[in-house]
Amino acid sequence: MDLRTLHRLAPCVWEIPRRNGMHVPAVVYASEDLMREMDEKVREQAENVARLPGIVGASYAMPDAHWGYGFPIGGVAAFDAGAGGVVSAGGVGFDISCGVRCLHTGLKRADILAVQQPLADALFEHIPAGVGSTGAIHLNSEQMHDMLTGGARWAVERGWGTATDLERIEEHGQIPHARPGCVSAVAKARQREEMGTLGSGNHYLEVQEVAEIFDAEAAAVYGLAPGDVMVMIHCGSRGLGHQIGSEFLLRMAAEAPAHGLHLPDRELACAPIHSDLGQEYLGAMRAAINCALANRQILTHLVRVVFSTRFPAARLPLLYDVSHNTCKVEQHRVEGQRRELHVHRKGATRAFGPGHPELQPALRPAGQPVLVGGSMGTGSYVLAGNASSEGLAFASACHGAGRAMSRHQAQKTWHGRNVLDELARRGIAVRSPSLRGIAEEAPGAYKDVAAVVDATQAAGLARKVARLAPLICIKG
Amino acid sequence: MHSHWEHFDHGADIGVRGFGPTEAAAFEQAALALTAVVADPEAVRAVDRVDFDCEAPDAELLLVHWLNAVISQMALHRMLFARYQVQIHGHRLTAHALGETLCAPRHGPAVEVKGATVTALRVARLPGGWVAQTVVDV
Repeated sequence: MDLRTLHRLAPCVWEIPRRNGMHVPAVVYASEDLMREMDEKVREQAENVARLPGIVGASYAMPDAHWGYGFPIGGVAAFDAGAGGVVSAGGVGFDISCGVRCLHTGLKRADILAVQQPLADALFEHIPAGVGSTGAIHLNSEQMHDMLTGGARWAVERGWGTATDLERIEEHGQIPHARPGCVSAVAKARQREEMGTLGSGNHYLEVQEVAEIFDAEAAAVYGLAPGDVMVMIHCGSRGLGHQIGSEFLLRMAAEAPAHGLHLPDRELACAPIHSDLGQEYLGAMRAAINCALANRQILTHLVRVVFSTRFPAARLPLLYDVSHNTCKVEQHRVEGQRRELHVHRKGATRAFGPGHPELQPALRPAGQPVLVGGSMGTGSYVLAGNASSEGLAFASACHGAGRAMSRHQAQKTWHGRNVLDELARRGIAVRSPSLRGIAEEAPGAYKDVAAVVDATQAAGLARKVARLAPLICIKG
Repeated sequence: MHSHWEHFDHGADIGVRGFGPTEAAAFEQAALALTAVVADPEAVRAVDRVDFDCEAPDAELLLVHWLNAVISQMALHRMLFARYQVQIHGHRLTAHALGETLCAPRHGPAVEVKGATVTALRVARLPGGWVAQTVVDV
């Protein structure tokens, strides 16, 4: 990104001033190195989002931001419905409520190393992963409706988890005001066979070791200690969410002129929050959020079943579950006033600070866990929301490493077999149905996740608590 | 212009681009590029047929509708398609695709496609033919 016309407000805070119809400025949180590597398209897209009606504060981009569709991936934007604000399908993305869940195992590195290969095989056998995979749970129409309104709570009520899991999930595992009637028959049909599946692409399940602690106090609140083994799951709302995103993106693009929206680019497709289309999308999107929460809950159950065969005493309680592709109604203080806003996070994680009433009391001293997935080889991070988070980007932080290289280029650069062998030499057991998929997800195709979380901390968006290193990776 | 397809780079996702002597041929090639995001189209047998019927306000949105319809059918039937036959009348498309049920060991599918976006979307007449392209989210 060309930095010459940006205002550097702090070492990791860059402002793009209002110009050419922008209602608010755009703000990018990143180090100078990350800024220079960042695609110019991020700037263009962040500026375009700032031109949408009803936007409040600024159009924000996180340190892992990259070129998305309409909104940058790593983008955060809040809209006031009463001020003509909009909701955007592109501002949420196709994988609605894609997110990360992290489980404690109560085990140590040595426990896993003793069974690393057979445990990797067992997880790969029991967790449906990859293109075309199907789950063992098939939903009829009534069950589909209940799942779309019940989320993880629905899954727990069916025995796939415990009530205590729900306390460690955003919205306690069930977002209200979902409208299954706004979800098309095709979207529901796509989901019928996909409950409890991981998906493909950058989705994964990893067994990880706590490799480093940065904030001992927060780590104690989260129950993290060096050498602890965790399980991290990254996936979303599967075919149902993809179909909802596709259908509403097209409807919003086609109907924008009728809503008086003159968009600088049709990829910014959106609808006024108070319009029928806007409300239908919000109802369908919330149903997809519940679908994603139910899906991660079922995957959690499957993981617990696999671990119970090797470690009968292991319970695998939840550390936390975050969604990083959402639009949620939240209360935020803007220029001294409390306002109800529709906060879009597209590739960004909510990061409520210490004491926030949404958090389970046990987590309040530290703030919300922010789970940041890295690539197969580099590891992941647990961060914590800061008291200052709300004043920066509506309590948001980064979500991952972000790609540094296209899939097309990665395919040309690496061979899947070589990537697997290299990771095996480093002690990481990888299982995947696709060698080409492994090449496309090679660690070198991603940005340095350490640089992303360092910038996140330096900007004040969240603080580092722990680094997790992979031991086993099940790649979809 | 002979019919052919290619991929183009887009950050985290991938662009599909079809060329052909007609608009319909370019749409067919864009769909083949879509198949190739998942697996090698040459490895897919053309044994089962699925029919399509789409309509949109303009040619570009018609391409997105068409690719989304293919993506939905791939997911619903767990299929890959080797060949596409498209007819376009105004902004309405009818088509059929020939393919087979996904076989992971034989096809080695890399990644599933979530949906077609309107990013880098273009349907245009070129000297000697047509181009149809957009970015798909994977």
